[in-house]
Amino acid sequence: MAIIESKNLSFDYIRRDENGNVEGITRAVDDISLSIEQGDFIAILGHNGSGKSTFAKHLNAILYPTEGSIYVDGKDTRKEENIWDVRQTAGMVFQNPDNQIIGQVVEEDVGFGPENLGIPTKEIWERVEESLKAVGMYEYRKHSPNKLSGGQKQRVSIAGVIAMHPKCIVLDEPTAMLDPNGRKDVIRAARALNDVEKVTIILITHYMEEVIYADKVYVMDKGRVKLQGTPREVFSHVEELKELRLDVPQVTLLAHELQKRGLRIPDGILTMDELTAALKMGDICH
Amino acid sequence: MSLILNHVYHIYGEDTTLQTAALQDICLTINDGDFIGLIGHTGSGKSTLVQHLNGLLKASKGDILFNGQDIYDKDFSLKDLRSRVGLVFQYPEHQLFETTVFEDVCFGPKNLGLSQKEVELRAYEALKQVGLEDDFFYQSPFELSGGQKRRVAIAGVLAMKPDILVLDEPTAGLDPKGRDEILGQVKKLHDESNITVVLVSHSMEDVANYVNRIVVMNRGRILYDDVPKAVFSHYKELEEVGLAAPQVTYIMHKLLEEGFPVRTDATTIKEAADEILRVIG
Amino acid sequence: MLRDITLGQYYQTDSVIHRLDPRVKLTSTFVFIISLFLVKNVWGYLIALCFLAGVIRLSKVPFKFMIKGMKAIVFLLLLTVVFNLFLTPGTPLIQIWKLTITKEGLRTAVMMAVRLTFLIIGSSVMTLTTTPNNLTDGLESLMKPLNKIKVPVHEIAMMMSIALRFIPILLEETDKIMKAQIARGADFESGNIIKKAKAMVPLLVPLFISAFRRANDLAMAMEARCYRGGEHRTKMKPLIYKRRDRIAYFVLLAYFAACIGIGRL
Repeated sequence: MAIIESKNLSFDYIRRDENGNVEGITRAVDDISLSIEQGDFIAILGHNGSGKSTFAKHLNAILYPTEGSIYVDGKDTRKEENIWDVRQTAGMVFQNPDNQIIGQVVEEDVGFGPENLGIPTKEIWERVEESLKAVGMYEYRKHSPNKLSGGQKQRVSIAGVIAMHPKCIVLDEPTAMLDPNGRKDVIRAARALNDVEKVTIILITHYMEEVIYADKVYVMDKGRVKLQGTPREVFSHVEELKELRLDVPQVTLLAHELQKRGLRIPDGILTMDELTAALKMGDICH
Repeated sequence: MSLILNHVYHIYGEDTTLQTAALQDICLTINDGDFIGLIGHTGSGKSTLVQHLNGLLKASKGDILFNGQDIYDKDFSLKDLRSRVGLVFQYPEHQLFETTVFEDVCFGPKNLGLSQKEVELRAYEALKQVGLEDDFFYQSPFELSGGQKRRVAIAGVLAMKPDILVLDEPTAGLDPKGRDEILGQVKKLHDESNITVVLVSHSMEDVANYVNRIVVMNRGRILYDDVPKAVFSHYKELEEVGLAAPQVTYIMHKLLEEGFPVRTDATTIKEAADEILRVIG
Repeated sequence: MLRDITLGQYYQTDSVIHRLDPRVKLTSTFVFIISLFLVKNVWGYLIALCFLAGVIRLSKVPFKFMIKGMKAIVFLLLLTVVFNLFLTPGTPLIQIWKLTITKEGLRTAVMMAVRLTFLIIGSSVMTLTTTPNNLTDGLESLMKPLNKIKVPVHEIAMMMSIALRFIPILLEETDKIMKAQIARGADFESGNIIKKAKAMVPLLVPLFISAFRRANDLAMAMEARCYRGGEHRTKMKPLIYKRRDRIAYFVLLAYFAACIGIGRL
């Protein structure tokens, strides 16, 4: 069964003036239907304002659909009694590493979620330990989060979510404020969770190089899904991606450029090895 | 116009046991018309360095000369220096505070004690320079999009008419679209208004297409200071210090290893494509 | 660097005092302060000194960290001493110009100085050996009876601990915004009070906006992690009295009895 099932989901931001009268309505998410299978690594791409973060907030019952519906592990998020189950099933990691860490010691922060769930003390400790180990932050368990780097803080946030034993983790632009090394570490941690623990990962990002390992990629623009498919399928639409002002990995761009100039190179080259292999094939010139 | 750093050191917590040298023996000359990319990973000292350029931080040792004058001289006006060396901080939109975009941009020139007319003229010009439409001038800066806010903040510094514009990670947190827009605007500023630009970044790829000189920092020291091609040729050493050359550099090296007799100094997609076609085409 | 400031300057090391239950430490600090104001003679102060010295010794915190807390109140201390020294009526001891130092004045001045010094060092022992979080936990637990009269004890403790977490972040942010405005020619130093107050606007507006944004983000992050107030919540680090805590209470009791018994003669 699908872990996430969205049916014709739309969401309107309603702006109101001081008296509460409706000033304007912006449709942030427009008629999205998709279904995500348990254990998949999904990437949602789009530039700022494309509606990807608004969509993500529906997965955790932070926002509710204006129209349509969304089911998380078979539960309708609009039903009041489902909220806490939904939030436990789909954990969420946000963009700003400073604004989501509650504890003053790493381990206490990771324990925050389980505490809220009413888990017995002994089990909290077990969960904290395994979660911190899963993201490679166990040796920092006694540190103050203020002294960690951005990438480390994000990994602590991921551990905080894992400790709640979710089936699915939504990462809402977790790397936007990090440097390249921090970015790599966070993505590596997310991939490891997917590989080892079979947690469903939904990664929202605008960095293309982070999505090449995904099972499926959705590209959003103006609240709608514009492209979807495997990374290779999506990246073969270089021109469309450029139009959406998204970054395409340089190797894909180079392959595309060579293709345009007449070399016979397959679509959707994602890695250097693929490019060299393609160039090595004889008979690529026209 | 030149800014010279002569054996500059900066040590945090000098009188405590936790001394850390954020800058060590920095020698750097910023010449008129330069477009410099200052690269280093987090904690390499690049942010500390740029705060020396306009006198916000004082060197523990060493001199900084602006047009031949020692900026630490008693009769040297740091306020004057700050208008000549404009520093745009990381996430500069966090410093916006006025009720309208236009008034916010006026803040800098107003502080310089200029006449109201001159202040407004400069603000208008600066907003045009960053490519903001007139419609936005009288809006609250807080209603703008992330990229627009950032441009307003940059205009706020530009309105002081600096000779040198220093931008500390101006693209942090922006999407590729916003990033390209900002960098494009900065490039245009450099080319058209003849402003010297120092662009701080942790991404080689971002700056490779724009700058004509790259300064690489590591652990508070300058590791390389050269034209991009020359710096990227050290791609293996760069990796050791947690940085990476543009992906193109790796592709070209890989092709060379695999037996294609390509030159490896291409830094942009176009150059790389030209080179590959030259060899196999 | 501002990020290194931890409020209450917790000193990380492993000692008996560090391991004590925060409730013990809070109660002890409270009792110690009361004892300082109850004792009347040299013996009383000597007992207090021994007690304090013993605790400091056990805490393994270097003495100079204790003194650090004193720096901030040196002025207050001097002021108290001077006032007491010159303004207490009694038997004149020395006369300098129009100022008279009396025997009683000297006595009170010394006593006040000792009291204040002990008080500051005593409370810094608590903050140096207890993490702020632990401290809030202790307070929450000690104040629990107030729940009955509808005081939202859990919420207050949660707010305190969040405030403690964000103070260093906001301090750093203040520093950053200040520098950014100085780079735009702002002047926070010169001018009269009105001008200085006006100069704060470019600092305070962005700071408040940032604080609100952070609060908003944090609230969302807490909800996403199933936070719904104090009910149904378990604790990762519940406060449970151990043998050492009971011993500590006993020692405290003995100290207090000694103070009253000997110090008030």
